[in-house]
Amino acid sequence: MSGHAGESFAELPVAPKPPLRRFHQARWDEPIIFEQSRPGRRGIAVPAAGVPAVELPASVRRAEPPKLPEMSQLHVLRHYVRLSQENLGVDQAIAVGQGTCTMKYSPKVNDRFVNDPKVAELHPLQPDDTVQGVLEVYWRLEKILAEISGMHRVSLQPASGSAAIYANIAMIRAYHASRGEGRQRDQVITTMFSHPSNAACAKTAGYEVITLMPDENGYPDIEALRAAVGPRTAALMITNPEDTGIFNPRIEEFVSLVHGAGGLACYDQANANGILGITRAADAGFDLCHFNLHKTFSTPHACGGPAGGASGVSERLAPFLPGPTVEFDGSRYHLDADRPQSVGKMRPFLGVTPNVVRAYAWVMALGAEGLREVAETAVLNNNYLMHKILSIPGASAPWGEKRLEQVRYSWQGLFEETGVHSEEIGVRAADFGVHYWTSHHPYLVPEPFTLEPTESYSKEDLDEYAAILAHVADEARRDPEHVKGAPYNQTVHKIDQTSLDDPKQWSPTWRAYTRKHLA
Amino acid sequence: MTADRPMSPDASRALPGPAASAPSPAAPAAPVPTGGEVLTVGLIVNPVAGIGGPAGLKGSDGADVQREALARGSRPGAGDRAAQAVRTLLARRPGTRIRTVAGSMGEDSARAAGAVPELLRLVPGDPSSSRDTVAAVEAMKDIDLLLFAGGDGTARDVLDGSPSCPVLGVPAGVKVYSGCFALSPATAGATAAEFDGRTAEAEVVDLDEETYRRGRVGPRLYGTLRVPAARARLSGRKVGSSSAAPGSAESIAREVVARMRPGVRYVLGPGATTMAVGRRLGLATTLLGVDVVQDGELVAADVTERELLDLAGGGETHAVVSVIGGQGFVLGRGNQQISPAVLKKIMASGGLTVLATQQKLAGLGGRPLLADTGDPEADALVGGHVSVITGYRESAMYRIRSATEEFPA
Repeated sequence: MSGHAGESFAELPVAPKPPLRRFHQARWDEPIIFEQSRPGRRGIAVPAAGVPAVELPASVRRAEPPKLPEMSQLHVLRHYVRLSQENLGVDQAIAVGQGTCTMKYSPKVNDRFVNDPKVAELHPLQPDDTVQGVLEVYWRLEKILAEISGMHRVSLQPASGSAAIYANIAMIRAYHASRGEGRQRDQVITTMFSHPSNAACAKTAGYEVITLMPDENGYPDIEALRAAVGPRTAALMITNPEDTGIFNPRIEEFVSLVHGAGGLACYDQANANGILGITRAADAGFDLCHFNLHKTFSTPHACGGPAGGASGVSERLAPFLPGPTVEFDGSRYHLDADRPQSVGKMRPFLGVTPNVVRAYAWVMALGAEGLREVAETAVLNNNYLMHKILSIPGASAPWGEKRLEQVRYSWQGLFEETGVHSEEIGVRAADFGVHYWTSHHPYLVPEPFTLEPTESYSKEDLDEYAAILAHVADEARRDPEHVKGAPYNQTVHKIDQTSLDDPKQWSPTWRAYTRKHLA
Repeated sequence: MTADRPMSPDASRALPGPAASAPSPAAPAAPVPTGGEVLTVGLIVNPVAGIGGPAGLKGSDGADVQREALARGSRPGAGDRAAQAVRTLLARRPGTRIRTVAGSMGEDSARAAGAVPELLRLVPGDPSSSRDTVAAVEAMKDIDLLLFAGGDGTARDVLDGSPSCPVLGVPAGVKVYSGCFALSPATAGATAAEFDGRTAEAEVVDLDEETYRRGRVGPRLYGTLRVPAARARLSGRKVGSSSAAPGSAESIAREVVARMRPGVRYVLGPGATTMAVGRRLGLATTLLGVDVVQDGELVAADVTERELLDLAGGGETHAVVSVIGGQGFVLGRGNQQISPAVLKKIMASGGLTVLATQQKLAGLGGRPLLADTGDPEADALVGGHVSVITGYRESAMYRIRSATEEFPA
């Protein structure tokens, strides 16, 4: 603006922002918290309790104290704030790119309910009479989810979506066993574009898994289902819409084919953002379904728990629900553990109560019409974003443009032209403060990327996101090596991902890291 | 969470997928013969292509191997396959002019398909050789498209002749790994009939047959040819066993062995996955041959079609074959020992089991598995859906059909 070198703080008005954000991620070069430990440092000096010490039995006593990091409060806070700055998520970025993982805004007011002492200080062993309020929340949320899915009863005990799927397969197993067909029905059918936890849970529960591949229109091949069902079929476990965002209009036929063979049909509704208030699992004839509270009902993700999952069942499967169940006699809530056919506990006590409270608060704030509006807005946002993305040369959406809440796109055209892979486009996009996820493996859609805008994002957000991808695609044409060298503005530049796939290297805990890499 | 974590770019790149196997686009072609115009198609047949397959010789390169194949009872089939392609071409685009070489290098096939060919001034050797193919390619002038029938070795010869127009391979060899081949003879005819001038680059790969016979697989890239841009109907370059998923062949083998029943005979086709089955059984089965096992014993190794006809005769017999990655062929590519007659016997008493990793199935891009034994009647016996073992206690139900079914002559 003037002749000064560098940026001036004094001049007004402030220069307009360029179309693309000049983003730079925080880079703290932060050590692992265990490496910051100093003997004797502590956050809180706890005063003497004033009661005599209790002698613990030797069997529960530690030989040596746990090796927890010793740090002051400030340093603990600073550590986690720094890590949070070296991150991308809904609260600071346009997080439409986590695909099937559904990143929607979780209203902060719901955290206030969770932090309220009435919830935060609950003890799992309190007598029923002193926890009527939280039991009522469980009971009411169960009724609401039963209404949303059309199911007879719902369990909120599972601590995550996959735990809910596992609860479902456990109920399927118990159902067939109760009819003397447990051994005979040893196969579970799923589809390639279904949530992979279905295949994983079925296998963990001891089933042989048969996968249906998509037909030429992107729908699961119904003729393959016809060939697969039989006296060995325990269940069909299927997602709809699948990870492609394509809704299977013949889903009732799928269900009746399986029912015809004596199997059960289980609907994976991990992500129900495209169908809330529009279709119901029970109406398509399903016997079981589940929701991930964090994908559809706005609770935080938790990487395998403690998140929140809900298992819904039809009347004939209700005896097998995880227990204890929350019951209401018209005046009082209580727990019913006397359920002889129950598959047992999925989780100690009731489940992850804070997430049940958050989901309840979210649903109550929206009401029935609001829930349907969530689905409509999510579908509208997705179709708007699809329109923007498909106008980028080199991007495509295999199997047409009829999608609900997400799309698995392909950069195949761009790759053929430039040699730049989808992963590289996604990493370069991170230089502008956004990211995306490609696809489950194996890739059926070549050079895939999966976007799901949900109801949370504004038109401006979607415009900005599409503009970033358009810019990176253009860069790939002009200077592919630059894109392949990305990221440049990120916390970490290049990382070697082999440690993710090598059991000898992966270290989910400090203890494992110490053993595998520092020994 | 459905999306557990982003996968490493390197790992994903190693996976066979349409991305890796599809021909890449090339510059727009010169003159465009549209549907209404008369198309002139060149035809070159390698009459000995594929002759080594049924004899278990893994290829047909070289006069010695060809003589040995004839001695083992093989009969040449490339001419018939070329005729099938021309028949489909003429049915779909009547009036197409065929220019070819006298005798078994094209004329016989063209006439068998009902064409009246124009002949090049060229006298091939008897038997014909690589040199004749190269010379024929060089002599082909003023044609819109060159059809050639053969395998990867023939594709290399065509490449050496520097064709002046786009080419399309009619699969007739033992090894058909190159991307310039149509899925089947009929598909080649249909693709040629619909050729509108748009082209793509396709890779020519070949194996050293000597090392291949000794059990090592390693295709080399020799160059690229311009082919009609009709990607779905081309084979796509073969994608080898993926190193990205170690253990998957072992996991598949574990399932195959778990399903084996006493008293039943299993015909193991060639490939790394079926080899893993042999390894799990503790048997010295061969990587590239067809082997027969029963009750944990190796009944016969590296059998010929004739031997197999006898072995498949007594009692329940199952064929266990793997999928050629990127192409989807389960019969008729590298396992010609499982001939139409053998397949008919097997399907009458037992059945077909297909082995493939999920990655391999994904790499087919939705296309069906294909049977191309050379006899549509035999191929039809396996048509419909087949259980594909993808791992231990894991399978996929997948479409399979005769390669000629979609484009009948």
